[in-house]
Order: sequence, then C-alpha cells, then structure tokens
Amino acid sequence: MLLLASGATLCIAGNRRGRNVAGEFSGWRLFREGLTRNRGWTAHWRDPDPKDSYDVLIIGGGGHGLATAFYLAQEHGITNVAVLEKGYLGGGNIGRNTTIVRANYNMPGNSEFYSHSLKLWEGMEQALNFNTMMSQRGVLNLFHSDGQRDYAARRGNTMAGQGDDAVLLDRDGVRAMVPALDFDNGRFPIYGGLFHPRGGTARHDAVAWGYARGADSRGVDLIQNCEVTGIDIENGHVTGVQTSRGPIRARKVGIVVAGRSSQVAAMAGMRLPIESHVLQAFVTEGLKPCIDHVVTFGMGHFYISQSDKGGLVFGGDLDFYASYAARGNLPMAEHVVEAAMTLMPAIGKARVLRSWGGIMDMSPDGSPIIDKTPVEGLYLNCGWCYGGFKAVPGSGFSFAHLLATDRPHGPAARFRLDRFETGRGLMDEEGTGAQHNLH
Amino acid sequence: MRVEGYGREIDRAQPVGYRFDGVSRRGLLGDTLASALLAEDVRLVGRSFKYHRPRGVLTAGSEEPNALVTVGRGARQDPNVRATTLPLFDGLEAVSQNRWPSLDFDAMALTDLAAPFLGAGFYYKTFMWPKAFWEKLYEPLIRRAAGLGALSGEPIEEQYEKAFGFCDLLVIGGGPAGIMAALAAAASGLDVILADEQDRLGGRLLSEDEQIDGQPAHLWVAAQAQALAGAGVRVMTGTTVTGVYDQGSFGALERISATQDPADATPVACFWRIAARRAVLAAGALERPIAFENNDRPGVMLAGALRSYLHRWGVAPGRRVAVFGNNDDAHRTARDLAAAGVRVSALVDARPDAQNLAGDVPFYPGAVVTGTTGRKGLTGIMLRKQGGAQIRVEAQALGVSGGWNPTLHLACHLGRKPVWNPGLAAFVPGDGMVPGMRVVGAARGAFDTASALAEGAEAGLAMAEALGRRRADVAVPQAVAAGYGIHALWAVPGGGRAWLDFQNDVTVKDVTQAAAENYRSVEHMKRYTTQGMATDQGKSSNVGALAVLADATARSIAETGVTTFRPPFVPVPIAAMGAGAQGKGFAPERRTTSDAASRARGAPMIEAGLWYRPSYFPRAGETTWRDACDREVRMVRESVGICDVSTLGKIALQGPDTGAFLDLVYANMFSTLKPGRVRYGLMLREDGHVMDDGTTARLSEQEWVMTTTTAAAGQVMRHLEFVQQAYAPDKAVRLTSVTEHWAQFAVAGPKARALLNTLLDAPLDDTRWPFMACGPVTVCGIAGRLFRISFSGEHAYEVAVPARYGAALFERLVAQAEAMGGGAYGMEALNVLRIEKGHITHAEIHGRTTAFDIGFGRMVSAKKDCIGKVLSQRPGLTGDSRAQFVGLRSLGGEIPAGGHLFAEEAKPVAAHDEGYVTSTCYSPTLGEVRALGFLTNGRARHGERIKMVDHMRGITTLCEVTDPVAFDPEGGRVRG
Amino acid sequence: MRLTCPLCGERDRREFYYQGAAEALQRPDPQAPAQVWSDWVHLRDNPAGRTRDLWFHEAGCGAWLAVERDTVTHEIFSVERIDAG
Repeated sequence: MLLLASGATLCIAGNRRGRNVAGEFSGWRLFREGLTRNRGWTAHWRDPDPKDSYDVLIIGGGGHGLATAFYLAQEHGITNVAVLEKGYLGGGNIGRNTTIVRANYNMPGNSEFYSHSLKLWEGMEQALNFNTMMSQRGVLNLFHSDGQRDYAARRGNTMAGQGDDAVLLDRDGVRAMVPALDFDNGRFPIYGGLFHPRGGTARHDAVAWGYARGADSRGVDLIQNCEVTGIDIENGHVTGVQTSRGPIRARKVGIVVAGRSSQVAAMAGMRLPIESHVLQAFVTEGLKPCIDHVVTFGMGHFYISQSDKGGLVFGGDLDFYASYAARGNLPMAEHVVEAAMTLMPAIGKARVLRSWGGIMDMSPDGSPIIDKTPVEGLYLNCGWCYGGFKAVPGSGFSFAHLLATDRPHGPAARFRLDRFETGRGLMDEEGTGAQHNLH
Repeated sequence: MRVEGYGREIDRAQPVGYRFDGVSRRGLLGDTLASALLAEDVRLVGRSFKYHRPRGVLTAGSEEPNALVTVGRGARQDPNVRATTLPLFDGLEAVSQNRWPSLDFDAMALTDLAAPFLGAGFYYKTFMWPKAFWEKLYEPLIRRAAGLGALSGEPIEEQYEKAFGFCDLLVIGGGPAGIMAALAAAASGLDVILADEQDRLGGRLLSEDEQIDGQPAHLWVAAQAQALAGAGVRVMTGTTVTGVYDQGSFGALERISATQDPADATPVACFWRIAARRAVLAAGALERPIAFENNDRPGVMLAGALRSYLHRWGVAPGRRVAVFGNNDDAHRTARDLAAAGVRVSALVDARPDAQNLAGDVPFYPGAVVTGTTGRKGLTGIMLRKQGGAQIRVEAQALGVSGGWNPTLHLACHLGRKPVWNPGLAAFVPGDGMVPGMRVVGAARGAFDTASALAEGAEAGLAMAEALGRRRADVAVPQAVAAGYGIHALWAVPGGGRAWLDFQNDVTVKDVTQAAAENYRSVEHMKRYTTQGMATDQGKSSNVGALAVLADATARSIAETGVTTFRPPFVPVPIAAMGAGAQGKGFAPERRTTSDAASRARGAPMIEAGLWYRPSYFPRAGETTWRDACDREVRMVRESVGICDVSTLGKIALQGPDTGAFLDLVYANMFSTLKPGRVRYGLMLREDGHVMDDGTTARLSEQEWVMTTTTAAAGQVMRHLEFVQQAYAPDKAVRLTSVTEHWAQFAVAGPKARALLNTLLDAPLDDTRWPFMACGPVTVCGIAGRLFRISFSGEHAYEVAVPARYGAALFERLVAQAEAMGGGAYGMEALNVLRIEKGHITHAEIHGRTTAFDIGFGRMVSAKKDCIGKVLSQRPGLTGDSRAQFVGLRSLGGEIPAGGHLFAEEAKPVAAHDEGYVTSTCYSPTLGEVRALGFLTNGRARHGERIKMVDHMRGITTLCEVTDPVAFDPEGGRVRG
Repeated sequence: MRLTCPLCGERDRREFYYQGAAEALQRPDPQAPAQVWSDWVHLRDNPAGRTRDLWFHEAGCGAWLAVERDTVTHEIFSVERIDAG
C-alpha cells in the first residue's frame, strides 16, 4: 500500500521554487534519485562559517528562530541574516514536544495570534517544499461539569468570533468520536467536548528542518555549534554578539531561545518575567491506529494523540519546580499515566517507550512575549510556556515583522513585555495569576 | 532444534502446549516463547516496520527488536510482547504482527521492492500535492501500514499494582557483580534490594560455560541465591529497574504473572518506586551486531544469544551454524556449539591476527561476512577470506558479535553522557554520573567474570562504608579473567543494504545519506532516519549507527557522541505505571455527611472539585430537573430550604493577633470585627486579582473561623500559611483546616428561624441573632455553631455541628423543613438563588477579575496594607475599558453561559466583542431568564440593550443590562 | 525527588507543593513604588544553577520551606523553615 501511495505521487510534480541547495523535493525527484542509487541527494542546508557582520542575528536555532529567519527572507527580503545555535538546529523544544497544533485560545491576543499561526501551518508544506506532516485530525477538549461546559462554550465562541472552527459536542457526540474513553466508570464523568477540527499534529523535527532548509536556500547562514556568550551594547544600542566562534557584528539582534531566555537576556542586563520549568512527555511503542484525534482531559492534566508511526504521544502538567534539567521525575509521570488509565483504560496494555522533558519559559500570565527591549536594536521572543510548538510559524512571522519594520505585527501586538507592569492586556488563560508554574 | 544434554532451565519431562499463528506447538517448561519456537526450527517470527522484511529472533533478552508478538485475546490481548522474555505457559496463544494477510505471505513486503525510493526521510520530500491529499489519502495509508501490534480496544481487566520500596542499597543486576555487591553490602549491615530483570539470578553466567571457585558458574549462582536470602537481601527477580530519578529515586517494573488465565487473580505486574540511599549498577552488557549486506535474515542472531539458547534452553537454531565476530568472545559461541555437537560451518573473525580459540572448527581469520542467502530463513553466508577470495558457506544460523556495549543506560538518566573508550570500542560510564551510584562489572566495561566479582564486592563494601558501616570480610571467588581482544568493526563495506536498526529498517546507506544531506548531528541522524526509535530504543544498534555516522562525517566516535538516554530502560505498561487509577481510583472521592441521605432521596450527585453534591431533590410528578429546581427555589423564597454547605473550606484561626493577620490577607478590614459577628471578606492575590471570597466569623476574642469557596479551600489554606510564616511569623495566630471536622447546613427562607427554634435548646431572636451574628448553640443537645449569613438572600442561617452528627442533623432539618412546607435544595436551586441576588462564585471570580471588575473596588481598604493591594492599583486593572460585572435580563430567549456580548447592531466577531455571560438561570421568582456576566464599562450601561450571541449553541438573544442584584436589591429579606 | 523537611525528615516530592523563587519572602514596603512591586511579583533571576525557592510541606507538617538547590542537576543543598529566623 505504501508503494501505491508513493507511486501515485511519482507523477505529480511539486511547485517549482527551485532555490533549495538540496534541489526541489517531489515524488518525481524521489523516483529519479531512487533510480540513480540515491547519490544525488545533497545537504539540506550549508554549514557556513560566520561572517564578520550581518544585518540581523537570530540567537537560537530552534523552531521559532529558524521560522523567524525564513520569514525575514521570504516576507521582507532580508537575507543578510545568521541564526546562531549553540547545539544543533532544532535541538530544543521543537524536537521535544507533543506536536500539537491548534488555535483554540480564549483570551484576546492569544486568540488572534494562534488563529494566524494556524493559517500559516495550513500552507507550510507548500511554502517550504518540505512535508511536515501537518495532520488536521482535530483537537477535542473534554469537559466534566456544567461549569466547564460553559467555559468551553465561551472559548468556542471566542474561536468562532475569530473565524476559527469550534464545535460544542455533547456526551454522545464525544462517544461517537472517541469510543475508547471510559464513559461509565471514569472518576470525572464526560459531559462533552469542545472540538476544533482544524487542530491536529505535525512532525515536529520536520518543521525545524523545513524552515532551516527554506531559510538557508534564501541566503540565511545557519551556524551550528556557535554559542552566544555576550551581547555587545554601545550607547544603549546593540552592536553585535560574542560567540564561541568569535565576535559577530549586527545591526539588529533577536533573542529566540526559549529555555535559556533568562540567561541570554541577562547578557544584555535584562531580568525577565520568566521562570524555567520542566514539562514531561511520553510515547508508547508503535500500535495500529486506535486514537484518531488529539484528546485533552483537563481534569487529569492529560492529553494524547497517536503519531503516524503508531506511538501514543501524551503528556501532562509541569513537574512544577524550576528546572533546566530537561528531564522529569516520577510523581508527575505517574500522575499523567494514571490520568490515562481513568480516561481510557483501553490503552492500559500500551507500553511507555520513552519519556523526556523540555524546558518551558513560563511567564506570569502563561502567554508569550514578542517585543522590543529597552536596548535599541535588541528584540525579544520568549515566554511560550508550553504553547511553543503550535506557535512556530506565527511567532516566526510576527517576530520577523517586528525585526524588519520595528512595528509589532497585528496578531502579536498584545505580546508586550510591559503588560505585567501596567496590568493592561494580560492573557491569563488559566486564571491562575502571576505564579509562573501554574499556567 | 533441541540439543541433547543441554538446557539448564528446561524440564524435558514437562511439555507445554501453545499456539503460534494458529498452529499448535509444544515447548518445555522453562522455555521462553523464543526458545520454544527456535527448538521447533521456527525462524520466521516477525516482519520489520518499514519494508516488512522477514525477521527472526536476534537476541535472548529484553533488547529484542524482531521477535515481537501479540499474546492473548479479547481484553487480555497484549501487543508487542518480546518472545525472548515471555515464559512459555500452557495455553499461550501468540500471533505475529505487522503482516497481512499472513506472516509467511505479507503483501506489504512489496514495499521492500520500492526501497530505492523510500530511503531515509523520503516522506519529508513527497506526499505534499495536492495539499488536501495528506489527511485524505497519504496519511491514512501510512498510519494503517505503520504501527506494530494492536490494542484490543477494551478496558483492561487484569490487576496491576504499584508499591513503594525503601533500602540502603539498591543493586541493579544480579549477575556476578551484582551478587557480590549485594552479599558484601548485606554482610556489612546494609539493607539491600537486589533487582534483576531475568526470572532468576546469574546474568550472563546462566548462558556461559565457565567455572567460579572450581564449580560450574550456574551452580555457583544457585548457591549464592541461598546466601543472599540468608543475608537478608531482598531479591527481586523479574524486576527491571526502568528509570533513575533524583535523590535516589528509582522506578522498577516487576513482572509477576504472564498467564492469560482469567481465573488467575495474580497481578500481571507491579510498578515499584524505590528510594535507595545508594545504588550499584551491575546491569552487564549488551552485544551488538555488525552491519553487512542482508544481515537481517531470520537465523542471523547475536553470538552471545546463541550461547544463551544452547546453555539455558538446549536449543540450536540450525544444524549448521556459522559465527562472525571481531573479538575473542565470539569464539566461545563456536566453541560451545561445537562441543554440543552442532556443526559449526565457519568461524569468521575480522581480525587478521586472530587465533582460533574454538577448537576444531573451520576458521577464517581476517575474513568478513559479505552477504547472506535465504529469504525467510538463512541458508548460507558469503564470506570474503583474507586475501579477497569469496566463498559461500552453508548455515541455518549465524551468530554475530561486533563486541559488547556496557548497559549504562541507567547511569545516564540524570543527563550525563558516557565517555568513549577506544580500547574497548565502547562507551563506558564516567565517574559520578548519578550521585550515590557506582557502576561495576560489564556495565563499566569490565567484561570478564573475575573483574565483575571483584568490582561488585568492592562496591558493596564501599557503599557500606559510605553509609557508616564497617566493611565486612568478603572473599572474592576465583574466576576466568579472559581478555576480550576486540578490534572495532561496524559495517562490512559493500554495495547492498546492510541493516543497523532491524525493526525500523535503518541501513548503513540511510545513515550515510542522512550525513550527505547534512543531518550530521547524531540527533539529526537519529531523527531523520528513525535509527534507535523503535521498541528496543536502539539498544543493539545505536553505537554501530553512530560509528557509521562518524565515518561518513570524518569525525571520531567520541566527537560524534551519543543521543540522550531516557527512561524507561524497558517499556512499561501504562496499566502498571497507572495502576489503581482505572475507574474512580484516579482521584479521591469526597463525600459529605449528607451524601447517603441525598442519594436516598434520589438526588443526582454532581462533582464539585473532588466532592459530590446533590444537584436537586426530585419529587413525584416532577419530570425535569427544572421542575425540581424551580420548586426548590420557591420553597426557599416562600418557606424554608436545607442545603449541605460542608464542602466550603473552613479554617480555624486562633490567637491574639488573628484580627491583624486577617487585615493582611483580606482586602477589607477585619480587626474591627466584634466577637459574635461575621463579615464578608474579599481576598486578593499579590498580583491584585481576586483569589477568593467568603465569610469569617469571630467566635470569641481569640477564636475565628473562616470559610472559603469549595474550589479554593486548599489554595487559601496554603496561602494563609505562607503569609503567616513568611510575612507575619511574629504574629500570634495559628491556622488549622477544619473543613472535615464540621458538618454545616444552610437553613434558608422566611421560616428558617421557626425551623431552627424547633431544634435549638434556646430560641433565636433578632436582638441576639441579627443578620451577620454568630455564636455557639446547642442543637438537639449537641454543641454546635450558628451563623446568621445568607447566600440565597433570604433570612437564613448556617448551622454547624461536629461531622459525626452531620447525617443525623441533616435528616432532622429536612424532616422539619418538609413538615413546614420546605425541604432540601440542591446545587441547581442554590445557583438560581444566588444569581437572582447577583452573588458571585468562581464562575465570576475566575482568576482574571479584580475587585474593581466585580464592583467591590471600595472594599480594598485604604487604611491598611493587604496582600495584592499595590498591584490591584495597576492602571490596567481598573477603568472603563475593563469588562465589569453586570446582570442581564432576557428580552426573549435564553442567555446561555459562555455566550458573548455585542452591541445590538454589531457583527458578532472578535473585533466587536464586548463581554461574556458567566452564569444563567430561569428565575422562577422573577419569571424570566436572568444572567450574570461581564461587559466592557458595564456599570455605566445599566438599561442598555445588548446582544448575546452563542455561536456554539446557535442562539442570539437581546438582553437588557441591569444591576447584578435582580431580587430584593435593598436586602430587606435577609434582615427580616 | 526527595526533600528533607527539618520537622519531618526525608520525604517524597509528592508531599510538597512548589511555589517559586524565595525572593517572594522579601515583600516590598507598601509605600515602595509600583515598579518595585511589579518587578518583585513578575521578574525572576531564574538561574540555571544554584537557586533558592519555596516549597510547602502540604501533605506533612504544613511548614513553608526555603530550599537551596541546583536547577540543572537537581542537587539539594539545604532545606530550612522560612519562619525559623
């Protein structure tokens, strides 16, 4: 069957932007290379040495940084850009998440931003000529009381008002969609769910690679194993950075280093409203398809989907203590798995294959920051809490806009750094207030 | 085939009947499924993930990538079970996976023919056009083709358990090193747990022909098992330590019962959380294969596994067996098989200067295996002799040894990386990778038995010493200290496909292609090719793959590095790690003292956090919840109702400084409250938003009791403790949560006082018991407390008695109320009553609202400091632009909570959004639909018409904006 | 993860509630400028390394504890009651 599927695409050529060093990707290309023993494949991106100076430096070669570089080149024609990555491209949270894409936020600010981001997801593969396996299988948020239903409705109405899709399902509607849930004996009875059909999942690593390849082919230098050790500031204006590979000058510098934001900002003398926390995630052994959607269980702090390879991918809440360890402890791991057992005991025989932890930039209202800083020419993109993956295209697009134009991009205009001081435009989705780990 | 005279673990007198892929077969007691299948010359047992290549048993342990089967039926169906670790039992039914229609003829194997087009990461480069086809065509096909075994779709029905264990020393691995470590530590006085993955102690010794202290090693092991028991060591066999966590925490999976017998109530497995002050990792080593063309045929196995099958189960997987290695250890396989009478058709050693240690077998030093024949089972190997001549040798099995990798995974779980040891051609653990853990024996790269014994003993003694014990005298037994003599060989050069990751079908070419495409980081290579991401997590294949990557990128292996080692070491069933949570076990169920009585009256119980509360109390003739709710509301407004309010948090505060302390935690003033009086309090978070509200009563000069909302009880208690300990440590006040100590009931309605007077020893009157009074009372002879407070807006009281009298008092109150034309009321009526009165709950104080928003801005006392005061004055937290608390009166139609508010003519889209509805009801008192909500600048807009739009339920309703208090705005009824 | 409560001894992480950085103990003066208050509530040093933060022995003695520990290695250096002076 796989053969037929690939065969069907062999005749279909892709769009022909034709600027990638690795050449255009398509079924036809696969076929041609296959016939010539796959010797024609070349690097998806170069490994250039850093130049002395750039127009824009992006600190951080994760999803957000790579997307920023891509959109700087694609949308603004700014290509004298370098992305500085201390490790390997996509080595942070973009390679360590549960791959969920959605636009189902309630608060003004988040609502329009994720709405925009989802639209970018929907055209990403064609824009990047890279299959990121964006799968709009739908995201279902369960609710378990009348009060939760009301809040789900409020959120659904926000989504609808934003032009996004949302359907309020009753218990029978949920049962028809996900029969494997425990509808009869679970600790928290299932009243219904808010379904977001355009939400789904994507292949996380591929997103980083696709943006990397797209940025590289447009002239951006992607510099791996290049750790920024200092930010040069003269008279309140950024002039460049110090790195493990020498100093690099730049007119503008963007910090996009979720998980290390406080450390990098400190190089510019800034203290951020960020606390770093570990969030664990889990994957089981591969199984034949059994869960078709993304299902979230708020009462149990649990969410799950099934990857195309067959693994059940799931996660829960933060471990709750500040950490940079990128690994968690057992209590939260057990809590997550216990939630799985009360919600869907039919997956009890699945075996947890691997667990991992990412470092979350937790902000005081659970929402991100894309803004200028008090240092002229220094820009900040941080505070994604655990919403970073779905934000990648929107964040890159909006941050590129800010870097290029010095004006906030509409959908991200509320992601201001000063909102905590003024109290204006806080986006506290959870309503838990300024305690970083509660969002 | 079975080999006569071999098989330490099987009982030839006890046959076991089982089925594999529907065929009835026989094994022996003591077999694993894999050994039983190999004994019957079944070599084809599975299919690979991507190309559906025929696959056979590779290993004899949990690291098995190929021999995965589904066991059992119905709810007991268990996918992806390693045949190599599954003990055979009577009636076992196993089926192969990932094939259609059958294992022997798998139509999906066609993908193998398309392999040239399906190389590393091929899916990233296609399936993009047309755009809509991904979800509709490509992805469903891929999903169906992917995955391994299938779940049954039914909830599990067997028992799983969880447990905690504590010890001074956890020894992980019960081979020679682990046994000695446990013995030495126990002899020195430590409390020791020894955990081993296999169902018996011994580790590799079970699979070898070796001597320890002059006796066969496996007999020495048996003797030590006695000694360990005698020394008080808790030996946990069948227990894999799966993860290492902080401060000596470990996860471990104990497999207890594998039978599928529904009559067997033994738990399947137990997940242990072990707290150990010290640990010794003696987990041994795992053998690794060598990549060469078509090295994935059924019959190609690891050389050490061949010895396991021979010695443990008396099995040789063919009449002619060849061996291929790059180290001395591989020779043991040829030696042992030959000694057992199995024909060894070739011993191929890649080292040009290798000496034959296997005796009389055809020996090819300086030679490599370059290919194999036999599609569904090995028939022969091609080898290139020293000098270049190619020959073919017949073999039904080939034992391959590319060397051994220390099983150091657990040492890496806290994030430290192992170091490359070029002499051993292996990664070994560095020092101090896990605080309090020492790694010994083969897990450290000391592969010979003598070293393992000595290192184990020393580690046990050292750990005892570190914990303040005296080292015992422990004699280290005599054993072989044979060299290993490895010369690294990862992949035999050649043109064909040579497999690295057998399950995920990752070949040498895939890795070199990834490198060519600049996926040069070991993490990139892994993620791009899926190397090491299968169920075995690359235990046998990762090092070989990164060696190939190092070669392709002209870097050293040390520079190339390893991927991250993550828990669990072996996959853990969700049912084990989540044991106890199925059904109601996930979270505690909290029940009030009136729970049974409420259920007896037919009240549907609903969740309020962890509590259960009655929704309404249906009566004969009522057909909907609304009938009951409306009647209960009228009952309270017209006569009297009883409601259990015990779920509200209750915090006792005692001490002379309580008033001052309350001034700090509440926005409004409390120190001025007189004994015998109650006051409503509003509590802010330090960020200036409302945290909670409730009433606090001053029972006497130094004795106060606070109520919180049900939802925030825990949070408020934590907060008060924090404020007291952090900011007021010198204030004489002590806090105690007394939520469960008191049963508390609201008695509400015009007849409330009359009702209470029938139960109280002393009657109430308005002079001594005005609104917001409190004090001690005697109820039916029981000392209790009474509070004249009201959430319903009626003349009302809350009466509290010690919880043990709660059930009895509820019955008395309800009986009396019913006699007076009233009765019990539930959450629905409670909600209607408070909406009519505009009282807030957490639907309104949802964490984003300020005192200003709810119209309580003036409650934030200007005369004193309080938590949250300064930040509540931030410019963004007050003002016209904020959504303010309002009432909504329907001008026709429903006003569902969750609906949004728009100007009457505005298009209902985000740009025009002006607010939302938080609570709604039909008010039987007012005869109309009433709601509460938040509206931009709402307090200035009373009387305006506004449009409620609920896209979700398809409802649009015109409303009038009103004051939140819809009923009795003067509050005459509470005082009357 | 295990913490040693000064009152109860070594206990599992499950017994503790985590709040955040210990600078919450240094509450500004009520008269301090709003900026000081805002920074105190929102901004964090957030060190990758040694830190001091607040834990509540919720399922134990009810003591709020200041814990010195390493956010990278999770090593714990000290645990003390916040009201012990």
